Amino acid sequence: MRDDDSNKKEKQDERSGVSRRDFLKISSISVAVPLVAGPKAVLAAGEQVPVHGPGAGAMQFTINGKKYKANLEPRVTLLDALRDEFDITGAKRVCDRAECGACTVLINNKPVYACSVLAIEAQGKQVTTVESLMQQGKLHPIQQAFVDNDASQCGFCTPGFVVACKAFLDKHPNPTAEDIRHGLSGNLCRCGTYHGIQQAIAQVAQKGA
Amino acid sequence: MPDYSWPDAGHRTLIGKRISRVDSPVKVSGQAKYTYDVKRPGLLFGKILRCPYAHAKVISIDTSAAEKMPGVKAVHIIQKSNSTIHWAGDEIVAVAAVDEPTAEDAIRSIEVKYQKLPHLVSDAEPPKGAAEAQGPISMDDIDEMLDNQVPPRQMVEQIQQYGITSKPEEETLNGLKEDGATDDVINAIRAATVHPEEGTRPKSNYQKAAAQTVGDGEKAFAQAEVSSEGLYGAPVITHCCLESHGSTSEWTDNDHLLVHMSTQNVSGIAGQMAELLKVPATNIRVHQDHIGGGFGSKFGPDRWGIATAEISKKADGKPVRIMLERDSELKVAGARPSAYARVKVGAKKDGTIVAWQSESWGTGGPGGGGMPPIPYVLSIPNQRKEHTAIRNNIGPARAWRAPNHPQAAVITMCALDDLAAKLNMDPLEFFLKNIELATKDRQNTYREELGIASDLMGWKQKWHPRGQNASGNVVRGVGLSMHTWGGRGHASDCDLTLHPDGSVDIKLGTQDIGTGTRTTILIVAADTLGIPMDGIKLYIGDTLYPPSGGSGGSTTPGGVSSSTRRAAVDARDALFAKVAPALNAQPDDLESVNGTVRVKSNPSKSLSWKEACSKLGAMPVTVRGKNPDKSKPPDLTNSGVGGVSMAEVEVDTDTGVVKAKKMVAVQDCGLIIDLKMAESSCYGALIMGISYALFEEKVMDQTTGRMLNPNMEYYRLAGLNDIPELVVHMMTGKGYDERGVIGLGEPPVISPGAAISNAVANAIGVRVPFLPLTPDRVLAALSQKAGA
Amino acid sequence: MRPFEYVSPTTKAQAVSLLASNWGQAEILAGGTDLLALMKDDVVAPKRLVNIKDIRDLTGVTYNAQGLRIGALTNLGDLADDANVRKNYPALSDALIEAASPQIRNMATLGGNLCQRPRCWFFRNGLGLLPKDETGKELVTDGDNRYHAILGNDGPAKFVSPSTIVPILIAYGAKIRVEGPKGKREVPLEKFYVIPKTETEREHDLQPNEIVTEVVLPASTGVKAAHYEVRQKQAFDWPLAVAAVALKMNGSNVQAARVVMGYVAPLPWPSPEAEQVLSGQSIDDDIAQKAADAAVKNAKPLSHNAYKVQLARVSVKRALLKAVSGGAA
Repeated sequence: MRDDDSNKKEKQDERSGVSRRDFLKISSISVAVPLVAGPKAVLAAGEQVPVHGPGAGAMQFTINGKKYKANLEPRVTLLDALRDEFDITGAKRVCDRAECGACTVLINNKPVYACSVLAIEAQGKQVTTVESLMQQGKLHPIQQAFVDNDASQCGFCTPGFVVACKAFLDKHPNPTAEDIRHGLSGNLCRCGTYHGIQQAIAQVAQKGA
Repeated sequence: MPDYSWPDAGHRTLIGKRISRVDSPVKVSGQAKYTYDVKRPGLLFGKILRCPYAHAKVISIDTSAAEKMPGVKAVHIIQKSNSTIHWAGDEIVAVAAVDEPTAEDAIRSIEVKYQKLPHLVSDAEPPKGAAEAQGPISMDDIDEMLDNQVPPRQMVEQIQQYGITSKPEEETLNGLKEDGATDDVINAIRAATVHPEEGTRPKSNYQKAAAQTVGDGEKAFAQAEVSSEGLYGAPVITHCCLESHGSTSEWTDNDHLLVHMSTQNVSGIAGQMAELLKVPATNIRVHQDHIGGGFGSKFGPDRWGIATAEISKKADGKPVRIMLERDSELKVAGARPSAYARVKVGAKKDGTIVAWQSESWGTGGPGGGGMPPIPYVLSIPNQRKEHTAIRNNIGPARAWRAPNHPQAAVITMCALDDLAAKLNMDPLEFFLKNIELATKDRQNTYREELGIASDLMGWKQKWHPRGQNASGNVVRGVGLSMHTWGGRGHASDCDLTLHPDGSVDIKLGTQDIGTGTRTTILIVAADTLGIPMDGIKLYIGDTLYPPSGGSGGSTTPGGVSSSTRRAAVDARDALFAKVAPALNAQPDDLESVNGTVRVKSNPSKSLSWKEACSKLGAMPVTVRGKNPDKSKPPDLTNSGVGGVSMAEVEVDTDTGVVKAKKMVAVQDCGLIIDLKMAESSCYGALIMGISYALFEEKVMDQTTGRMLNPNMEYYRLAGLNDIPELVVHMMTGKGYDERGVIGLGEPPVISPGAAISNAVANAIGVRVPFLPLTPDRVLAALSQKAGA
Repeated sequence: MRPFEYVSPTTKAQAVSLLASNWGQAEILAGGTDLLALMKDDVVAPKRLVNIKDIRDLTGVTYNAQGLRIGALTNLGDLADDANVRKNYPALSDALIEAASPQIRNMATLGGNLCQRPRCWFFRNGLGLLPKDETGKELVTDGDNRYHAILGNDGPAKFVSPSTIVPILIAYGAKIRVEGPKGKREVPLEKFYVIPKTETEREHDLQPNEIVTEVVLPASTGVKAAHYEVRQKQAFDWPLAVAAVALKMNGSNVQAARVVMGYVAPLPWPSPEAEQVLSGQSIDDDIAQKAADAAVKNAKPLSHNAYKVQLARVSVKRALLKAVSGGAA
């Protein structure tokens, strides 16, 4: 067993069972009644609804076409699961509040902020990160355009921007200036690479991605 | 003696061309690993409990609940009971746990009692009659400055200026050293004048410096035919690095520490940590592959970086990561000092500037801060200047890209622009007329640059006398500013190894902070060796490699290019010496071009690079290049650049909303290594300039003592849509190239704020005194104009 | 975030029964863009999250002669792109496109937008919805209130209502439908918002165990509408003032007008004063100016936000002129 796995195992052993009971004790949500202690569920409008957490539970994900499993608490975001559980670190944690776009990934092909999606909600969906854009060692046209137009400096915003640009160009292959205005407003850069990014978009839009 | 000098234009194969940066592919594909991405086996997650009050005393700390919490591996008190806290967000306790949520739970369970103390977070003009501190500095003051992380240089200046209250015992000095005082500070204390009689001065937030004078200001104003007075300034802003400050530390054995840190100063971190952790610097290894922005705020290990090492020790050496949350990043990880001034400037009717008078103030946080270099660029013959540093309870200041210069540009260039308006002169002509007040070496540069910028902006067509605008509520204007910077290369060692199989590796303990350092090194080495860039393996970002200076003050390009050039020349010549007999030629009749080593006088006599290297014998050859190195002339780097920014803006006079419409940057930086990256630096600087001119401000609320916008929605950064047409022109060729390599990180970011402010004044006919030029300020200026 | 338990009901009835009867116990998770930020900042700390995204009949946009019905879970992007919305409620489409970034539009739901919490920086910094110091003194009054209310600010609530699309929805005559333990109810959207008087109240009339199910708009025949907002940045920035107008036209004259301001008061702020000025008039620059003046006549700015009076005035005027000149239906 790897060292970090043993860390986690230990925490689960120490917390399992206990935290659940403690949690229900402090909880005054009256309408929900725990039915069973093991696989948990509550009775809601005459039907059993599964309850997850507050402790960790098994979760499954499809990321870049591959299956991943982890034991996570419901409060873990998709971004933190990607980075800390699966070591998929292209999406960056910057604002962690849906403000900067550095964590942009695709869920079912639409760009979203991974910092503001709970991992538990991302189960059963196709999660696509910047890591999957390169195919057989070849950069995606928008990635190549970023390289050609020097559209990254420190590069920390770059993966999020690349994913946002890809999604944007998929939706607007021939964007107008107005399209760009609304379509790329969700990502921020500190070094000031927007000029290169604009050129990169123009390059791909001309060629057709 | 080998010729180390830069090749002339005809002999450069890579230097000065447009070359894509070598680390772009790993960045665009998400493969680049930043400190934040490093996940060491057994990683523990660290979190910090921070003080919510701007000024308070810690009464008690109860960590018992955290210590009992399952999954918590270490609890570490950073500031004990009785400590005085000087800004909201300061570190109190750190914890490490098996995952991040658990660490958060642990932090929430810690109970700290504070006694609130009165705070000041405002940096408004010192009230008339406010108590001012002018007296000498006590050892307690020094201790407080250390607590407050006042930059050593600032401390030295204050000690030199004010003297000290009493001569300290050696023991006291050792104590200060333990608390983090640098040798410079200790030496300054030793050398300081002692003023015992003034030791009891009252504490004040306002530290007034003695007036500085040049020439005879009073007389000059009396003789000035036109004078202009105004209020100018720029607020405290933050660095807002996208990768927050932080590190992961682990003890690989009892006394060896491995640190992954987001830093601009790989080679300098170990020494700083060693002092505080009391282990030899040689036992600390620091590593960094990529860094997500620094802008001057990442030179030290920081209290939280030291904490990772201390917590790791408590957690059996397991790796502990602390990366700051965004709010902490904005609250405590660095801010640019504010600077404001009431300025009076006088000129003759023909526009010749004769006199300057300023009362300036500003804050660099608890350490106060100093006067920006005003008047900027132009040395006005008669000056009188007074500055008051406000010591207040905002977080500590740090160097922010071109420290003090953007503020100086705003105060100077806007005051002079107002004077030009009063003279009814086109500011372009006005600045050209006074260009002889600039340092002699740069006058021609500025003249040339102003001309080029004017053409690129279409200044002659766009400039109009102030407020003389087309009617309607959307008005346009143009403005300009000039700036200067040093940019000499720092100390740098470079090891270059030629292997008998033709492969080459280079090692430097430098870092690439997004400025293209990797690419710069490879261009220089490949150009010198005559082989392709991808034929060289480059290693940077580790204390295992020869030391190279911190990346600040635009010192890296000059430093690493010089050390690399010297190493590459020596390596190449060592190779030529081995190869010469095989080619039946003298070593100095050889050249290496396009992967071929050949005889200059008879190029058909040649060996491929690989064949040539095989002549080295069984052992590789390693040479070290250094900068500076007087034994290997010439000096390959230089200092002193001039640059110009011009801005065109559009102002909606009904809403006060300002939009940048076009920006021009014209910049010199000596010999350019990579034209594409040089231009990118300028584009980026214009964009950063638009951001601080229009949007950025660290909002400190005097009522609560807190920063109210520690996030990325109300700490606004310009977005892609706020960026207009940008035009960049780099000065190259004769008069520039032969100066050698000069750094470019700082200069182009200096002027955009002043240029934009001047453009707004040109558009609306009145000065908006302070940046950022927000709707409320623009509307206030407009209504003042209407009322005037 | 503090620990919580997570449930994903598949019917409205389940959702309602999984919620609690007091605020603070459970929160509804829809788009999550606001809620998760509030939870990370420990401003709200629910013990249970009720994810409603698995409830099928809460999504979708339908249009007929009576008007438009929007499921509360419809995301802002789908709503903005909806052909019927673009054609018949173009000012709503405008407002949606201006609201936030593409990523947010893909995540945020209409219901969530309507129920988002104030952006007040005292609130978001954990100082309370009606921030006070330990002596009971209001923090906003003396503090940095540059973004706070200029109308409706005489009580303890000084924040501004955060939605940029609510004003245009109200102008179009939207009604909101909610469902709770006592069944369904329908409320005109402007009545849905309230000014809280105590820290435990919310800014709307939704009960802790109710969910927003849909929003309905009447037909827009003969209506000219527009949305205008003043922002510092050109995109993805919270506005400084918002105005929405919907004008029921009779030829070139206004038969009935709705003028609603946003970001000026703790509520979306309809202006009967402006509406009265417009009634029966043909809108030109002069009338638009008079209506705009009337809209801010009762404004009482705080210590740092007098400029917002001007911004609100300009927004109203520009929205009116945009409505009559623009392509709005």
